[in-house]
Amino acid sequence: MEGVPALALAGVDKSFGAVHANRAIDLSVAQGSIHGIVGENGAGKSTLMGIAYGYYRPDAGTIRVDGRVVEISEPQDAIRAGIGMVHQHFMLVETFTVLENILLGAEGGALLARGEAEARAGLARLMAEYALEVDLDARVADLDVGAQQRVEILKALWRGARILILDEPTAVLTPQETDRLFALLAKWRDQGRTVLLITHKLREILAITDRVTVMRRGAVVATLETARTSQAELAELMVGRRVLLKVDKRAAVPGAEILRAEGLRHVDARGIERLRGISFAVHAGEIVGIAGVAGNGQSELIEALAGLKPLAGGRILFKGAPVDPPGSADACRSARARRIAHVPEDRLRMGLVASFAARESAILGYHDDADLGSGPFLDPDATRTRTNRLMEAFDVRPRLPELRSANFSGGNQQKLVLGREIDRDPELLIVGQPTRGVDIGAIEFIHRRLVDLRDAGKAILLVSCELDEILSLADRILVMFDGRIAGELPRAAADERQLGLLMAGVAAAA
Amino acid sequence: MKGELPRWVDLGLLPAVNLLAALALSSLVVLAIGVNPLAALAILVRGAVGYPEAWGYTLYYATNFVFTGLAVAVAFHAGLFNIGGEGQAYVAGLGATLVCLGLDALPGFLVVPLAILAAAAFGAAWGAIPGWLQARRGSHVVITTIMFNFLASALMTYMLSNVLLDPTYGSPETRHFAPHATVWKLTDIAARFGFEAPRSPLNAATLLALAAAAFVWVYVWRTRAGYALRTVGANEQAARYAGIDPARTIIAAMAISGALAGLMAVNEVMGSQQRMVLAFTGGYGFVGIAVALMGRNHPVGVCLAALLFGALYQGGSDLAFEISTINRDLVIVIQGLVILFCGALENMFRPALAAFFARERAAA
Repeated sequence: MEGVPALALAGVDKSFGAVHANRAIDLSVAQGSIHGIVGENGAGKSTLMGIAYGYYRPDAGTIRVDGRVVEISEPQDAIRAGIGMVHQHFMLVETFTVLENILLGAEGGALLARGEAEARAGLARLMAEYALEVDLDARVADLDVGAQQRVEILKALWRGARILILDEPTAVLTPQETDRLFALLAKWRDQGRTVLLITHKLREILAITDRVTVMRRGAVVATLETARTSQAELAELMVGRRVLLKVDKRAAVPGAEILRAEGLRHVDARGIERLRGISFAVHAGEIVGIAGVAGNGQSELIEALAGLKPLAGGRILFKGAPVDPPGSADACRSARARRIAHVPEDRLRMGLVASFAARESAILGYHDDADLGSGPFLDPDATRTRTNRLMEAFDVRPRLPELRSANFSGGNQQKLVLGREIDRDPELLIVGQPTRGVDIGAIEFIHRRLVDLRDAGKAILLVSCELDEILSLADRILVMFDGRIAGELPRAAADERQLGLLMAGVAAAA
Repeated sequence: MKGELPRWVDLGLLPAVNLLAALALSSLVVLAIGVNPLAALAILVRGAVGYPEAWGYTLYYATNFVFTGLAVAVAFHAGLFNIGGEGQAYVAGLGATLVCLGLDALPGFLVVPLAILAAAAFGAAWGAIPGWLQARRGSHVVITTIMFNFLASALMTYMLSNVLLDPTYGSPETRHFAPHATVWKLTDIAARFGFEAPRSPLNAATLLALAAAAFVWVYVWRTRAGYALRTVGANEQAARYAGIDPARTIIAAMAISGALAGLMAVNEVMGSQQRMVLAFTGGYGFVGIAVALMGRNHPVGVCLAALLFGALYQGGSDLAFEISTINRDLVIVIQGLVILFCGALENMFRPALAAFFARERAAA
């Protein structure tokens, strides 16, 4: 394109031990453009951006900013070269104010007062220029996620960034907040600055970027003009084969009521009411999807239903009979005994034990099963047999029961957890974020298995922050906002805009 | 993967390098006081394994370390750092002593097993209380087990100087146990068969230590309870998810840990001393931490590390005896260096070794 590229990587190569994370990458980002980088998990996007921002040193290759070769060996070098980064997980001190966070590492002297006064004036200018209003004296902990992200952007701007790298910036945003962010990025581009957007959401790439680079297995497979490509083409390039983006499914045939929640309330350890009276039902043979921005009570809801989180009020009925009051190990066991299966939202925090062999993670929650050993003993051969069966049925790769759980990719870990839960022929499957951090190939597989389970007449409660996932899987959609059900829509009547308004707590129940 | 070593390097070479580093530094210390380090090393090795009595003592010390090392290892797998082996063993001595003194009207085949059980039970209780405090009240087990060491020490001093004291002795210790209420020494067994065994405190508790190591392996890796224990230790959230009660598991783990530490009293009180004396635990409980670290919390590793520390103890005694300028304190310095390198600085050489083997693999 025109002129000297803002950022140019040439022949960048990086290995971590046996893993070749980046293979001779050439990437050229034009001045004043929004450049997207897409790829599956493990394609090397984050490593590449880590190199540009100074987290890793490349084994080979050069980095040029505005045509000049720069040596970036730590983030300070990147900042000096005018590169800013907004991480997927914000790097903010929650107990500090916005101003303190922005000054952190750039205090401008041992005494804060002068630096603060200067910053206030400068930040006011920046905020006006980019429509980035944030209350500088608010505590970060009190801000919502969208505002926290604006603080991160402001922080990068304050440090003089002319090239901004955003890593999965929309993962935690509502559609409306996403629109707002994109408007901001567009404005930024129109002023001649440069944005690098890392995402796995192809829709966003098409909506906002000028050019897009597709990575697969550590290498760049294509760089395309966004206007001349399509979701299908990008998906195919990412995976290396054609993928089904829409799940093929028949209309649901709901049967008897399996789960009924009546006025569920939960108060967390800090005394905050996370569930404020949740009522709904799930029937056999249907997938009920719960949409919502993360942190509106979905986690608490599924953990209460699975027996983990205690209730402050309300009751849970399974096939018409009340279940044990949740919140104890016994309640979890009894839920499992009733064939209520639970795929937790966070597989590494809860769904498996990273340091265990796969065959040990594959029996988590079922280690008391009679067929796994006699009496108090656990027979390793029996666990191996079961794990082999699960790996076969759910295509977990590599098929090594003795491999540490942490050494499987996210998608294969998730297939192992899902396989473990579906294997027990559940009456009700509670599944949270089934495809978070999972590559496209595995997403397709997991979605297929969930629909198959529904078609086998089982009840499924699906909680997901991915609106696309809810829209393609759910037969009925509930939206949660601030601990309440903000609305319920049959799939046919749901559109993204309306769901977005419900998720943001703007619209009342339909 | 980055930083992962071949198994033989991890389990064999790395500890050997650590040990060599400790010996190298020890040599400098020995050199500084004007003794030839090689000569000192020769005495140390001969003192540890060079003659039959040395073997007896080395194995006897090693037995203590197996028990206390296993205690640390079991707690470790539950994610707990039990620093209270010393106190648990001490209180366990009380259990054994009460049975051996109070029930010695019973025949030997009853009183000895009862005393062993009492030792385990008292140790278990002294471990379970900090476990309970951690599980139910959130008091950190590191803090409470240290405090329980002091409590044990105060309690036992009181018991020995006021309650269990043999008035005919001048020092705070109990009377000797009746011969049938003790654990057989190797010398006694040999004498019974008409042989003469090398004189040492080595006794049947060493077999109990091997059995305890086997028990720990089976319990931790081959039972459902051990699975629960490891799950709680590795990921408490996952344990809750799996319907495992972390509180119950933590209390059980600390009880088992305390019982294992407590069995040290069988070797020391019932086997070696055959009476209880003040401070019979002699720091074995603390060295158990280093033993467990060096043995990678695996029973086989613990046994090997215990043997090494047993050899150091015995060889060190001979060293202090034979070279007048090397006193007991210097031997403790040497042992301290071994603990420092094998325990606290266990992973110091790991990055270098990892880099070396990564290069080897790349070359291959």
